[in-house]
Amino acid sequence: MRGVAVAKPLPKIATGIAGFDDLSRGGLPRRRTTLLKGGPGSGKTVFALQCLVNAARRRQERGLFVAFEESSRQILANAATFDWGLPALMKGKLFFLDARLSPEVVHSGEFDLGGMLAMLKAKKDALGAGWIVFDGIDVLLTLLRDPAAEMREIYRIRDWLADNELSAIITAKTEGGLSDAVNYDFMQFMVDCVVRLARRLEHGVSLHRLQITKYRGSDFVPGEFPVSFGASGMEVAPPEPAEIRHPASTVRISTGFERLDKMLGGGLLRGSSTLVTGLPGTSKTTLAGKFAEAACRRGERTLFVSFDEGAEPLVRNLASVGILLKPLVGSGLLRMYSARTESTAAEDHLAKLKALIREHRPRCMVIDPLSAIAKAGGLVAARAVASRLIYMVKDEGITVFVTAINVGDDPATEATELQISTIADTWIHLSYLIRSGERNRALTIIKSRGTRHSNQVRELVLGNAGPVLADVYTAGGEVLMGTMRWEKEDEERSKTLQRRADFERKRRELQVSEADTRTRITGLQQDLERQRSELALYSSGNEARIVSSSEREKELRRIRSADPANPNGGDGSANRGKKARKAVRHAR
Amino acid sequence: MRARKTVKLRLYVADSAPNSARAIANLAAIRKEHLQFSFKLEIVDVLKFPLRALADGILVTPHLAKLSPLPAAKIVGDLSNRSRVLLALGVKR
Repeated sequence: MRGVAVAKPLPKIATGIAGFDDLSRGGLPRRRTTLLKGGPGSGKTVFALQCLVNAARRRQERGLFVAFEESSRQILANAATFDWGLPALMKGKLFFLDARLSPEVVHSGEFDLGGMLAMLKAKKDALGAGWIVFDGIDVLLTLLRDPAAEMREIYRIRDWLADNELSAIITAKTEGGLSDAVNYDFMQFMVDCVVRLARRLEHGVSLHRLQITKYRGSDFVPGEFPVSFGASGMEVAPPEPAEIRHPASTVRISTGFERLDKMLGGGLLRGSSTLVTGLPGTSKTTLAGKFAEAACRRGERTLFVSFDEGAEPLVRNLASVGILLKPLVGSGLLRMYSARTESTAAEDHLAKLKALIREHRPRCMVIDPLSAIAKAGGLVAARAVASRLIYMVKDEGITVFVTAINVGDDPATEATELQISTIADTWIHLSYLIRSGERNRALTIIKSRGTRHSNQVRELVLGNAGPVLADVYTAGGEVLMGTMRWEKEDEERSKTLQRRADFERKRRELQVSEADTRTRITGLQQDLERQRSELALYSSGNEARIVSSSEREKELRRIRSADPANPNGGDGSANRGKKARKAVRHAR
Repeated sequence: MRARKTVKLRLYVADSAPNSARAIANLAAIRKEHLQFSFKLEIVDVLKFPLRALADGILVTPHLAKLSPLPAAKIVGDLSNRSRVLLALGVKR
């Protein structure tokens, strides 16, 4: 049936209410009637008025606002909280009719709305209005005090709207279980579009919701969506787009820590989101402050949002660790915004941050701690807001740095209450290591998309000159920090010195021994030479001696007439040696 | 006999709508029954003079406004509840 009806697309008018035009696939039906129903304070009047204001401001359309419940003055006072510039629009673009029937009016018998509608037609023609709002029609109808008359007047309004080709919004207060619910059912049948607004209290925070329950001849997104009220009025959170379209930058920007940048392969990717988790006191804010400071130093506009901590104490505290934000705030580059999370709906925080982003146009942004919005109403709502916030900021191409307090201290099983760790591009975890009566801060990069990051743990040391990252030592499988790191460093230093000394000594020893060997070699060489020449002399001398001794023997024998049968005489050998040496000496 | 008190009235009607016609008739009957008053009546047809009616703060029709003597009074409806009308106009206590 719907397919047949949609032969010609239904003309629609964009309301300009962020999110609603997506849910309704284009806005409200043109020249038809929309019923807004909801309990008191659910935002019906704001919705209706915002449609009128947007039409007037964006398309120069004129409109009538007929207020049955509140005085025009009250409505204008309420609207003054939004940046609509209503007083200017009231000069010729919007007309407010205070249509409350005074309580002093005496009722006597039957009356109808014929006169009022005739007057409104005249006003509409005079103004050239294309829009009309009947705000709080239930109040008017109850004055009729007769269900049949109510029905009759509803018909009258319907016909009048159709005749005048007005785009109309009728708001009606519905409180569950009222006897006149029948008429509202009838009204739902009569109009082309029905939007239900609701306000509920959850954890002491009022949460607003919107749902389109009927749209004749048109498709719409079914279901209930969160509503928030920001500086520009109402916003409806549309369902998150299935497709994520964020420009992927390869430009890296500094975290403010040279060493952390190195660990991250050069810094954070422009337009990425970074989550810093850790227990209270692990210096998450310090890291965030350093990031903001570095961003401003690069000349980039930065927005620092702190939840539950005032901007002034925050600036002071960061100054104590050498992060000076005050001059940056003064220069206008840095915008500090602090808000109390309790008693304000997470949705409203989102709206406020959106407005701040529009206003300040930051390139970098810090939210510290984002986990605080879990206190603003229900956790489910806060989770949705947290992820939408990150997506929104990324859509704007802003590099965002958020901190979150985590419950446990084990990053592996850790999931922040808000479950944002999966959305974040980079996740840095800060933890305490308590050893030897000291509590030291350790920094680990758990993940960093698109980055070959370091797996090493670093110690975050806070000093007057600013926080720095220091190496950590592992000993026996344990990470050493603080004093133990100092000791270890000391030990390492003395070990190095020792090694160097040892080496020197060894070198010297070796040099000595080398020289010694060399000397010995020289000595031995001399020995060798001497022995060689001795050997040579000896060889030639011996020949001569053998000859001379045999002749001398012959002579002796001859002289002494010795027994020739003993050629090598008994004492001959001893004398021979002496004589040979004598011969050598002679030869020399 | 004292001079008759003057009561200034203005009745806003929507042309000849049934309840407007009844209001005119009911008011005429009251005037006849209370001759001790001099009723000065102006009838405004909001269909003919809508912007005037709007400026006068009229919403529903029929609407009878007592302009003088003070206190002023506003009565909506076809004036069928006569005692209420008389009370509001100060004709009867």
